Amino acid sequence: MTERSRKQIVLAAYLGGVNEDILWEHPEAGSQIDFSTFRHVAQTAERGRFDYFFLAEGLALRERDGQVFDHDVVGRPDTIPVLAALAAVTSHIGLVGTLNATFNEPYELARQLASLDHLSGGRAGWNVVTSFDAFTGANFRRGGFLDPADRYVRAEEAVAAVQALWDSWGEHAIAADPVSGRFLADARAGEFEFSGRQFDIGGRFTVPRSPQGRPVIVQAGVSPQGRDFAAATADAIFSPFHRAPEAHEFYRDIKARAAGFGRDPSHVKVLPGTSFVLGDSKADAEEKARHILQQQLTPRTVQVLFEQAWNRDLSAFDVDGPVPSLPPLVEGPPFIQGRAFVFGDRATVVRGWQSLAEEKGLSLRQLAATVFGRIDYTGTPQQVADELDAFVQGDGADGVVVGSHLVPGGLDEFVDLVVPLLQEKGSLRTEYEGSTLRENLGLPTP
Amino acid sequence: MPMSSPTFHLAIALDGAGWHPAAWREPGSRREELFSPGYWVDLVQEAERGLIDFVTIEDTLGLQSADPFVPDTRTDEVRGRLDALLIASRVAPVTERIGLVPTVTVTHTEPFHVSKAVATLDHVSEGRGGWQVKVSGRSDEAQHFGRRELVGFEAGLADPAVQTQVVELCDEAAEAVEVARRLWDSWEPDAEIRDAATDRFIDAEKVHRIEFEGRFFSVRGPAITPRPPQGQPVVAALAHAEVPYRLAARSADVVFVTPHGLDDARGILAQVAAAVDAERRDPGRERLLVFADLLVFVDTAAESGAARLQRLDGLGRALSSDAAVVTGSAASLAEQLAELASLGFDGVRLRPGVLADDLPAIVDGIVPELQRRGLFRTRYEAATLRGQLGLSEEVADRYAKAVLR
Repeated sequence: MTERSRKQIVLAAYLGGVNEDILWEHPEAGSQIDFSTFRHVAQTAERGRFDYFFLAEGLALRERDGQVFDHDVVGRPDTIPVLAALAAVTSHIGLVGTLNATFNEPYELARQLASLDHLSGGRAGWNVVTSFDAFTGANFRRGGFLDPADRYVRAEEAVAAVQALWDSWGEHAIAADPVSGRFLADARAGEFEFSGRQFDIGGRFTVPRSPQGRPVIVQAGVSPQGRDFAAATADAIFSPFHRAPEAHEFYRDIKARAAGFGRDPSHVKVLPGTSFVLGDSKADAEEKARHILQQQLTPRTVQVLFEQAWNRDLSAFDVDGPVPSLPPLVEGPPFIQGRAFVFGDRATVVRGWQSLAEEKGLSLRQLAATVFGRIDYTGTPQQVADELDAFVQGDGADGVVVGSHLVPGGLDEFVDLVVPLLQEKGSLRTEYEGSTLRENLGLPTP
Repeated sequence: MPMSSPTFHLAIALDGAGWHPAAWREPGSRREELFSPGYWVDLVQEAERGLIDFVTIEDTLGLQSADPFVPDTRTDEVRGRLDALLIASRVAPVTERIGLVPTVTVTHTEPFHVSKAVATLDHVSEGRGGWQVKVSGRSDEAQHFGRRELVGFEAGLADPAVQTQVVELCDEAAEAVEVARRLWDSWEPDAEIRDAATDRFIDAEKVHRIEFEGRFFSVRGPAITPRPPQGQPVVAALAHAEVPYRLAARSADVVFVTPHGLDDARGILAQVAAAVDAERRDPGRERLLVFADLLVFVDTAAESGAARLQRLDGLGRALSSDAAVVTGSAASLAEQLAELASLGFDGVRLRPGVLADDLPAIVDGIVPELQRRGLFRTRYEAATLRGQLGLSEEVADRYAKAVLR
């Protein structure tokens, strides 16, 4: 037999919040804080046999020129307690939360994640992020202490220390034998020691070995250093590359790096974030997508998105007028705080956008639609299912992290209309195979 | 004239298999399930069946030990526990009325995280969240974080260095609570406006930096989590002496104290009242509710509480407790609670010796006895924990601008 077996598409559901893509003005938009919203999305994703439900985190409200953002959704609950509550109203779906390795210590990270793993019967995962800005640090007793160059050292050591804590209780450390009177089979259960550049800790860990042994590790790494870190330690990678050819290149690169670290490449799942719009026809879906984009890119949203690139006040410019010819303030204090600028060097990026706008005669709003607007899949449910399946089978990714502009109901139609077609193709499970997130992702249990 | 509803409160303290070190060896103890969600859900649902005001869930940043001040290497007692705030969050969606008050340590943790965690517990429980503040003075727990040295308690509680450290830790805890409370207030109740006409999701004037600058840390704010349903979730603290009484008076809504006998109980009430007079100067502050902690062994059909305690003591380490240990029939224990109520205690927190046996005995024995005496409610009356405890349900936001009339 020469034909490779069909890949099972990994699906994660992302409940979006504070970014400009969420249409909070929509008549069907629900609360961004009530538990019922989180329950709806997690249960919908579980109905669609998704692998996991995912929450992001940001530890300071975004600010523009010293004022809290008011044009996007603002505010969110604490990630891990919401996931613990969701464990009560779901039974199979994985629960992956973002926790910052800069403003949390390994002992508390390990405790929270291992506790979540117990409380969910083995469904916990950790999306590892670090930050180093003084702005976020101002909310913490330890301040913005991390040298940017130490980001990956901190992240690598935090993951290693957390894993050492998880490993500190053996599988058979608890006897609970009333006859002999021995509760602990191992008198040294929980003993740990970790010494590195960021952490020098030791003692005994409070949480016995959790169902997965080690909860699933998720990362997002794009730089060579980040890719190596992810390929060496992550079980899943949240990738920004959702289109050919970058997606295929990234996929090949991550799998090669994983193999280089002696890992089975299939044990590192590459999962780009994605969005979709369904319609009765391709044209209908595209028309809907245009309408959604128009609603997302309100004048204030357009202004603030570009203010982050220009690093200066652009309120004097009409969003339907030409793109400002001003250069960005490269050296100035950050005009937008609390949101990473991911497009690269400001001067180069702005120059590029200015020439693109000039070449195509784009207004600010049209430029925003070109560079920020992004709906990856538009079409009938069949077209979206075909395209997504081809993307995964063609090694663009192992699956996708599905978000929606509409909270909480946006995922419903994907689950109702696209999921059955993926299942028909044999690319998506119709029932969960395992009870833990590791089992459902096909990962080995450590 | 209609009778006013009873205001005496009952709380249950949950920990492992119960408060006796050999509780896990009892036949009904579910010792294999102490780290499973089903165990905790069943306990809290059982307490809710008894109309209990709230449960507390113990937690520490180190493994349990026979000596609360230094670690040990025993193998014959329960060791290991889950994060209490996450247990409470896990239980919230499958309970309806009971308050959920996990222990959260503030010594090595970030008040910003603690604040949003408790706020989120309050959101997922729709207004039933609280928090028992705890400090960590053990040197081995400090080593788990590796960020500061503590002298530890090895020298004994009377050692001047230890005493100084206790005062410092309590002052730091008071700052942590103050930061958490300010962060809860940093979002005014009507901050979210969703005004499409002006393209504003919030009214930015109603989301505030707290700009807290204290002796131990500074925190800028605002919180990332919008105002919790109760405004101010309930803050509780366990206290045994003047320094922690003063911490409770400064920071808490509920204090758990450990009287041994009625004379001691009177004395403690007076000491707490003095601490309140010294520390609670804000005229707008509500009363500090005082709960007496009692470790209980209730008579069951099979065995008296006293016999059960004696039998368990014989299995290994005898029970030692900061709280008074009381045994007897449900009726006689209810009589003791009635005496505490008549002294002026707002409630009791019962620590079941063996959860498997004493929790049902409380629910099916002590609760009906108290109800018969007209001392305890026959149904839940308020939707939130604050309301259940008789605390104001409309908490003013300290950052809200006074409205000119």
